[in-house]
Amino acid sequence: MADSTTEKSKIAQAEPMSVMAVLAPALGWLIPGAGHMIQKRWIRGALLFISIVTLFLLGLGMQGRIYKANGGDILDILGFVGDVGSGALYILTLVNDWGQGAIAFATADYGTKFMIVAGLLNFIAVADAYHIAIGKKK
Amino acid sequence: MTITLTHFGAAFVFALFASIVFGITHRDTTREMVRYGLYCFVMFLGGVFVAGWLMWLVRR
Repeated sequence: MADSTTEKSKIAQAEPMSVMAVLAPALGWLIPGAGHMIQKRWIRGALLFISIVTLFLLGLGMQGRIYKANGGDILDILGFVGDVGSGALYILTLVNDWGQGAIAFATADYGTKFMIVAGLLNFIAVADAYHIAIGKKK
Repeated sequence: MTITLTHFGAAFVFALFASIVFGITHRDTTREMVRYGLYCFVMFLGGVFVAGWLMWLVRR
């Protein structure tokens, strides 16, 4: 009973429309952890940055494959959606023509999955940054 | 330069970073974040062991 009252007051205090509510998620998508750092959650932002960037770079280092926008197989589309979550890392990879994938390496498949998961984790981080911006979370 | 990880190494790295992100984003206080992150890490790695042994059983 007390928990639902607390939850309702939390939601009532949330302020969806503010500059930070747009800026934090946008920056957080572009640079992992930046959405938290801009709201002075330095340690959280730094840990998110290190975790997501390391996962992505490890994926590249393991000769993983990056997915481009496509209208093909559902798994290819999902791979693209996951990869796009990494923001600037994804853009940088496309621009430099990295992430071509190498079937010859056994770990290349792990690398592909690492990059997709890095993007998906960044989506979660972006949502968290938004919740902090609207006051739903400290 | 190609980075080569063992299967367990890849699972460990994945579990570590995913747990850090989960801990931060799914809890409010620092203490709860650390506890939940550790819980997720144990679940990830434990799941790897359980899945491995299940696959061994199926193979057998």
